[in-house]
Amino acid sequence: MHAQANPAVKVRKKRWNASRVTLFAMVIPFVILVFVFNYIPLFGWLYAFYDYKPGIPLSQTPFVGMKFFRLVLDDKDDLIRVLTNTLAMSFLSILASPLAVIFAILLNESKNKAFKKVVQTLTTLPNFISWIIVYSLASVIFSSGGLLNEILFKLHWIENATNVLGNQPATWWFQTAISVWKGLGFGSIIYLAAIAGIDPELYDAAKVDGAGRLQRIMAITVPGILPTFFVLTLLNIANILSSTSFEQNLVFYNSLVADKLETLDYFVYRTGIATGDVSFGTAVGIAKSIISIVLLFSINAVSKRVRGQSVF
Amino acid sequence: MKNSSASSFDIMNYAVQIVFTLVCIYPFYYIFIYSVSDPQQALKGLILLPKQLTIVNYTHIFRLDNMLHSFIVSVLRTVIGTILTIACSTWFAYAVTKNELYLRKTIYRFLVITMYFNAGLIPWYLTMKELGLKNNFLLYVLPGAVVAYYVVLLKTFIEQLPQALEESAMIDGAGHLTIFTRVIFPLSMPIVATIAVFASVGQWNTWTDNYFLVSSDNLQTLQLILYNYLTDAQQIVNSSNLQDLNRGLATKISPESIRITITMVVTLPVMLVYPFLQRYFVKGIMLGAIKG
Repeated sequence: MHAQANPAVKVRKKRWNASRVTLFAMVIPFVILVFVFNYIPLFGWLYAFYDYKPGIPLSQTPFVGMKFFRLVLDDKDDLIRVLTNTLAMSFLSILASPLAVIFAILLNESKNKAFKKVVQTLTTLPNFISWIIVYSLASVIFSSGGLLNEILFKLHWIENATNVLGNQPATWWFQTAISVWKGLGFGSIIYLAAIAGIDPELYDAAKVDGAGRLQRIMAITVPGILPTFFVLTLLNIANILSSTSFEQNLVFYNSLVADKLETLDYFVYRTGIATGDVSFGTAVGIAKSIISIVLLFSINAVSKRVRGQSVF
Repeated sequence: MKNSSASSFDIMNYAVQIVFTLVCIYPFYYIFIYSVSDPQQALKGLILLPKQLTIVNYTHIFRLDNMLHSFIVSVLRTVIGTILTIACSTWFAYAVTKNELYLRKTIYRFLVITMYFNAGLIPWYLTMKELGLKNNFLLYVLPGAVVAYYVVLLKTFIEQLPQALEESAMIDGAGHLTIFTRVIFPLSMPIVATIAVFASVGQWNTWTDNYFLVSSDNLQTLQLILYNYLTDAQQIVNSSNLQDLNRGLATKISPESIRITITMVVTLPVMLVYPFLQRYFVKGIMLGAIKG
């Protein structure tokens, strides 16, 4: 970094130690801050091995080893239900992920630059609003007294009001649609960046060879995006146990759709915080983290073998 | 032949994009026209244009219990939180670019690792409780003071700055704090501005910390007030509040107008700020792919 040849550096050597100690001392408070908010919660994993009751310090609670992990497995009905929901919605969102690729290609093919910019700005807006706002908009449009019903009534397409937010069979699809609506515009940006990195000479050469527009997209753009898509899909698979965001679950939760909506994260929250079953909830959380880490590393190994390069 | 296929592709392409853009934007447009319409007229249905333009919804929701107060809490958490994040993360980033920092690499890794693991909801909740941060304003701003992702971006930027500037300041006998505040920080403005926008939108939108850790009315944020109005229909209908509100009013404010207008108030600041992010999206996403 600093060239030793510089005479100024030699002069500084005398003050060096003092200055080094000062700098270090000025960084330590922030290191402690990081430790407190990011590392200390990890010690909370210990709660899973004790029979913790709120209000009693951990030092006085009985150590129970793997009891709660066994309980998690014993609680089969709940576990199967929330796992089914989690995996179903993850699977649907992975299935929907090519949409961002398609949207990026369409954006890239627009000849009018101003149009492209406007579309990009407007379609990224949903990414920057909170899930509470999303829920508010959804209830304005989809609830039984909402805009959708009003329009359908006017068109005489329906007799009775439908409440999409309470429609159990449609829950998985509806939640995936909402996630797509929120994330598609923003998700396509990374693909646009990947397209921008493709050598323009390839397109020129293809043109000379007489390739049409669709042929150029299929032969050059798609292969150019594929590595990025591959990596992101692998990461999605690694996150399969926490696909739909917890906040999304929390705001859209209601008794009508609970059986189809409740995912693993929500289950942890419900057992650990809402009912105060801290040890059990923590055990579920740990199991989830471990599975995610194992998935991530095995996927990385697969990717190394298949593509000769790791994901991270 | 080729031309006609190309142009039909174009028409298709523009059509798909326009439809999706409308799907993204229409809900926001709808709540906007609803919030500036007369509440009683709006109940009869709106599609494209407002009915009987009025700002009565806006003037009145701020008279609801807690509304103004929560608005102030939200603004405060956004302003203080953003300033704190910028100050701490930038200083941290500056320090880890310095070779003379003891354990430089270790300290940097110690931070970067936090991007890849998360203890989970319950341990986080218990930690915050143990730290005495329940019902304490600090819970909004302290945990996000040093953010790994921002530090990575800032460090990358600071390392690109010309060394000579710092060195000449060093020769003049400036200490680290002086170099940081007088030289590095002003030069880092482009990236600092980006992070300021990201951090402020993040602060404005965050509500789970409020939901889990705050029970006192004093610290409720606007997001949570909206959430309560959405989930607890009775809160509006029965609240003496609404009756007080409507006393002596020619047009009665409806619960729908209240919800929709609050939604508009919560969304508006984000709408005003986020287009400025546009330029930095790609850069941020690309840099985010680089691991410390």
